Amino acid sequence: MSARGPAVLIILLFMLGIGLIAHRHLQYDVPLLPGDSQTVWLVEARIDFVAQGEPVRVDMARPTRQTALVPLQETGASPGYGLNFIDQPYSRAVWTIREADGPQTLFYRSEVLVSPTQGNEPVPAPQMKQPQWPTPYASAIDDLLQQAQKTSADNLSLTRELLKLFAAEQPQQHVVLLNNRYNDNLPQLLVDMLHSAKVPAAVVYALELQDGRRNQVLLPMLKVWQGGDSQLFFLPGQEPVVTEPGQLLVWNPDGRPLLDVMGAQHSAVRFSMIRQQESAYGALSMQLSGHYDLFNFSIHALPIEEQAVFKTILLLPIGALIVCILRILVGLRTSGTFMPVLIALAFMQTSLWTGLIGFILVVAAGLLVRSYLSSLNLLLVARITAVIISVIAIVGLFSVVAYKFGLTEGLKITLFPMIILSWTIERMSILWEEEGPREVMVQGGGSLLTAVLAYLAMSHPWVQHLTFNFLGLQFVVLALVLMIGSYSGYRLLELRRFREFAH
Amino acid sequence: MWRRWLGIKRSGILGMNGRNRHYIGRYNDRTLYPLVDNKLKTKELADSYGIPTPALLHTVSRQHEVNDWHHHVPAGQGFVIKPVKGSGGKGIVVIDHHDQQQFVKTSGTVLSLADLQRHISNTLSGLHSLGGTPDSAIIEQRVTAAEAVQAFAYEGLPDIRVIVCCGFPVMAMTRLPTHESDGKANLHQGAIGVGLDMASGRAISAVQHGALVDRHPDTALPLAQLSVPGWSDLLTFAATCFDMTGLGYLGVDLVIDEHRGPLLLELNARPGLAIQVANQTGLLPRLKAAEQRRREALRWSPRQRVELAQQLFAHSNNPSKPDDSSSSSLS
Repeated sequence: MSARGPAVLIILLFMLGIGLIAHRHLQYDVPLLPGDSQTVWLVEARIDFVAQGEPVRVDMARPTRQTALVPLQETGASPGYGLNFIDQPYSRAVWTIREADGPQTLFYRSEVLVSPTQGNEPVPAPQMKQPQWPTPYASAIDDLLQQAQKTSADNLSLTRELLKLFAAEQPQQHVVLLNNRYNDNLPQLLVDMLHSAKVPAAVVYALELQDGRRNQVLLPMLKVWQGGDSQLFFLPGQEPVVTEPGQLLVWNPDGRPLLDVMGAQHSAVRFSMIRQQESAYGALSMQLSGHYDLFNFSIHALPIEEQAVFKTILLLPIGALIVCILRILVGLRTSGTFMPVLIALAFMQTSLWTGLIGFILVVAAGLLVRSYLSSLNLLLVARITAVIISVIAIVGLFSVVAYKFGLTEGLKITLFPMIILSWTIERMSILWEEEGPREVMVQGGGSLLTAVLAYLAMSHPWVQHLTFNFLGLQFVVLALVLMIGSYSGYRLLELRRFREFAH
Repeated sequence: MWRRWLGIKRSGILGMNGRNRHYIGRYNDRTLYPLVDNKLKTKELADSYGIPTPALLHTVSRQHEVNDWHHHVPAGQGFVIKPVKGSGGKGIVVIDHHDQQQFVKTSGTVLSLADLQRHISNTLSGLHSLGGTPDSAIIEQRVTAAEAVQAFAYEGLPDIRVIVCCGFPVMAMTRLPTHESDGKANLHQGAIGVGLDMASGRAISAVQHGALVDRHPDTALPLAQLSVPGWSDLLTFAATCFDMTGLGYLGVDLVIDEHRGPLLLELNARPGLAIQVANQTGLLPRLKAAEQRRREALRWSPRQRVELAQQLFAHSNNPSKPDDSSSSSLS
């Protein structure tokens, strides 16, 4: 490698990277900071079903304007199908085809803008039914409704009182009875009960908006009308994880069925979503133009499921850059070159402290098991396999113990990639035998420190915003890595190692 | 911090990044690594260049041979088990004497036959090899170092490390095992590094854990009295390893056997930097002086290169800065 080779390459990569970032910032108005922007959720529904060689009609509810959320642009992917978005009388997406056979997949995608000022759009109340129940359920229902009637003033307070009865920690006999009979269909039971009390209500389904989630299902909720207004209620045992307004997208605000499929079987719908930071103008211009030019390399054109994967993949170079800096410029010793990045990825699945404590506990316990296994005189491959199995057992044990102590955080350790833990344990124990515990502390500590720093960089919202929205940044990172790779001066820790030569 | 950086640079200290990029990266072709990473290949090659190595007693390369390897070891004598692709002394077991059932290490620890069988089996699985690839184990005659050096060591074999750049031996040290290093000659485990004068093979300075020491902590002998016998021959063997491997930046590990004189123990394509601390001087001026003559080196015999190196790098006259190393910047 000549001395000028990397310099030219570095400058070219820098210019390319900065150019792409500037172009994307200026041309598409994508903000450089995550702060001065609006949140747009890309939500994708994937409908799978098996057609039977007949005409197929798929009719799906579409989310409409609602509290704090505004659907901006809708698209559908459906090879060979006719697709219509119908707004009257209800908001539906309808796919139709004359003939289809075998497994089919349809996509519906909506860009939803988070707009806290947006109020609830009134939806007409549904028709009420007069349901009938067999004995003894009818009397139990009557009794419960009477109890709720007594302590309420209007439709909404009646609903609250009724839900309170169902959510009670020591439920009444009636509630237990109904729970057992209508366990699978509790939301519909509650709606029917409200209808029999002349309260307009419907089951609606809402999507919890969490960044990068895939294969999500909808959360059933209760919607109750009071005059022209309506209000949403969470069902007992079905509370959402998200709490902020604008993180719950109601898919069928009118309470009509979510999916209606004719001419096919085994239909199922799953949801993916991803959060984007766009300036208001950027979101608008994207909508208006919808065309991607050569310089606008964009992973936004990919299906959301892939985008969610890319969101993580694009962070890896940042973690690797941290490793380069710590190893080449600082001189930290780690076990394995990029194992710290993988550990950092694992930390991102748990939280930092859970991950750190879990990692240390599991590795320490694993080292004990490994030292016992090595006295059994096993062949190497068998021993590593035994270590993996033991690690799974240890992780299981820790999860159960943590849960018993009321620490649900402990459960997240199960998401830790087993192979990283087993590998670390095996490597650390070999190091222990050959170089002694001190070297294990040096390398293990170096790895964990690197992993924590990589985690902090990779989980920073600004870094996540930049890596996802500006692919040009990858070229800048590459240029930095090449620069660090061309550095042949002293490492920071070598200044300490060779300090006696400094005078 | 900046002043310290400049001070270290002025002393001509070679750093890890400089070593990796300017010496290993530039002069060591990776395709040549198997020659030094595989001890059997190194042995064969050394034989063809007339460089003696410790006598090979037996090779174990398959798991089923693990059960009868000890029949190939002469009764009573000491021997050494080494992984063929090991590095940095990993997986080496030194047996002082044995009766085919009880194997006594130099430290006095007794190992059973089963212990050693497991060790060899682990070695074959690649536990001690570079990158964990399947490996073989070799059993060598145990070397007893010449009294002049052995006397300074404790419970282990002292070896001599010579850095060879472009065919010129540039710096040397001997590594003395201590009780703390468990009989191993690895500096980071607590062995003592003694810098050696290139001209004479006499001790210059000694360090343990990076700090200067006068006496061996276990034997209490004054280290300044150490002097390696047969020094020029030893350097010539080291210089020949350049012709043998083609590696332009090389660490050569030798030992002075009581009876056979200098023997080649192993070669290292990534020798460490602690030799500078042991010698209390930086490598860079010497490396540059050697690099300047790398064309001549190809024509010269190892002997000629050693003679020049002994003149240039002699401790007494001019310890660290040969007159003709004019350039001071890395390029």
